[in-house]
Amino acid sequence: MTGTLRMRAVAGIMGCAMSVLAYGQTAPLPSYAFTKAAVVAGARIFASHCSACHAVSSLRYQRLSGDLGLTPAFIKKEIMLPSGAHYLQGMHPVMTEAQAIKWFGMAPPNLSHVVRAQGAGWIYRYLTSFYWDPKRPSGWNNHVFPQVAMPDVLAPWGGTYAKDGRMISPGREPKATYQRQVADVVAFLRYASDPSIFERRALGRYVLGTLILLSIVSYLLKKEYWKDVKPNGDEASQKPRDRAGTKKS
Amino acid sequence: MSKFGDWINKRFPAREMMREHMTEYYAAKNFNILYYTGSLLLLMIVLQFISGFFLMAHYVPTSQDAFNSVQGIMYDTRWGWLIRYMHVDGVSLIFILLYLHMGRGLLYGSYRNPRELLWIIGYVIYIMMMGEAFFGYILPFGNLSYWAGEVITSIIHAVPIIGPPLTTLARGGAGVGTATLERFLALHAVLWFMIIAALIVLHILALHQVGSNNPDGIEIKNLKGPDGVPVDGIPFHPYYTVKDTFGVAIFLTIFAAIIFYAPTMHGVFLERTTFFRANPMVGLPDVTPPWYLAPYYAMLRAVPNKYFGIALMMLAIVLPFFLPWLDRNPVRSSRYRPVYRWMIYIMGATFFMLAYIGELPPLPKYFFLERMGAAVYIGFYLLLPVISSFEPTRTPPTRVRS
Repeated sequence: MTGTLRMRAVAGIMGCAMSVLAYGQTAPLPSYAFTKAAVVAGARIFASHCSACHAVSSLRYQRLSGDLGLTPAFIKKEIMLPSGAHYLQGMHPVMTEAQAIKWFGMAPPNLSHVVRAQGAGWIYRYLTSFYWDPKRPSGWNNHVFPQVAMPDVLAPWGGTYAKDGRMISPGREPKATYQRQVADVVAFLRYASDPSIFERRALGRYVLGTLILLSIVSYLLKKEYWKDVKPNGDEASQKPRDRAGTKKS
Repeated sequence: MSKFGDWINKRFPAREMMREHMTEYYAAKNFNILYYTGSLLLLMIVLQFISGFFLMAHYVPTSQDAFNSVQGIMYDTRWGWLIRYMHVDGVSLIFILLYLHMGRGLLYGSYRNPRELLWIIGYVIYIMMMGEAFFGYILPFGNLSYWAGEVITSIIHAVPIIGPPLTTLARGGAGVGTATLERFLALHAVLWFMIIAALIVLHILALHQVGSNNPDGIEIKNLKGPDGVPVDGIPFHPYYTVKDTFGVAIFLTIFAAIIFYAPTMHGVFLERTTFFRANPMVGLPDVTPPWYLAPYYAMLRAVPNKYFGIALMMLAIVLPFFLPWLDRNPVRSSRYRPVYRWMIYIMGATFFMLAYIGELPPLPKYFFLERMGAAVYIGFYLLLPVISSFEPTRTPPTRVRS
């Protein structure tokens, strides 16, 4: 077997194993690039629309400066909106649990791991699937999460729709801008579920580069050593097909 | 040699060991890609030990704090994500390597006389690894951990008479909680790991006693040169150490690509339900084991009766122990046994089909596939004594083909 063949075989075996395993993925987002800019935009929308009720308790505000390249001043001004937020602590809601239970019947979920748990596609579809339902206490219902307690807080931007998809009142933003904003919130939540993602991606190329270099060097070293190992000739190793027929043993 | 070296060797057999296990340990020169798996497994065990050490340094084994302490590793600990992803993805890679390693043993008849004990020790390591993976799986205490802990410990419950007290002993109480986490951590990081490490040493000693098999399944010791060295053998060091170094570099590249770019492998290496906190009040719609244990779970589900299901699963786990005596053909390698080779391919494909089914929700429509899979997998072992006595074979060569 030649070197390239062997490498291809390694890649092939691992590739097969991976593709066999890579099933059960949730439907993806509409294709928006997952960038730091999108996460920052999403964090700002999240701070002004979501963090009154929802915690992202695992994510400390401080992390945003290291991961997203934001200054502490920007974070304090634009993202730490709920009163009582602390730079070194996680994102906690303004609303207390007692208030939440009184108003919604339950405490809104902590969103630290929601994208890892539900998938980014699910969150996006959920946020864009609210419809007006006068029978519900909040006035809202949802196609992907029926009887949900949460009202559509983004309706003033995206518009209000009936169950059959008919528009009841238009939103403040054009449809494309609104979808982009929802995608930004999802991008922020994705980052919040997996905050090492930018660090990993930045570092990954150097790690892989070094390891590929090491693979090449070690392959050349192996080739040099194995020069002394002579393959057996045909006369030494009788190939099975040289002996015709099968033998019952 | 140097004076220092002499001083050491008078007191410790370093040189002797080096000769016996490296420079004068002869292996056939026709090893193929499957022969990288042994050294890679050894590497992975060491990496799991290192990453596990750092994880344990930050982990709190209480039902109250376990989930948060693991999230603390992911969010607040410097390089915490790296050690956790290394440890979590490492498990799946270990099982990929284990299946390739065992598949190689099947393909080339490496379990045959005189390597029966080598096979049995190796298979015990595999079974211990399943336990090790299970204990580790419970520790992060996501909701899947909790329910997997409940379901698996309840299997012990089926044992007659001693089952119920044994379940209580395994859990450290009536249900899965802090006591369970404490004892599982102790098992995972101390007892089970020590036993696995000791078994690996035994596995390598047994290997070096009988010598490595090769893809042609012929004994290289039978044909020695005038110097007493097998003509088709080459010293393990430097030839296979340098070759394995190349294998390690390629493998680490793949490992790093997973850690840095797809650490959950789309929810297969790190399941999405592990991101909910453990909650006895919120049941999961389907508690499925990780992919590497799923084939046995599928066989367990194939029978609606709990006791027969467990018996079937146990049979599937135990049968490979007897492989050295189930195979009655004098030819070892499947290269010269076309029927046996296809039996392995079918059995292997069935095993991974069961892994896939085991991950799906338990629906009656999968019964047929589960039962077929179980029948094929167990049938492989039960039919082997018969088929191997009559199957057509080709004569293996006298020298290894390279």
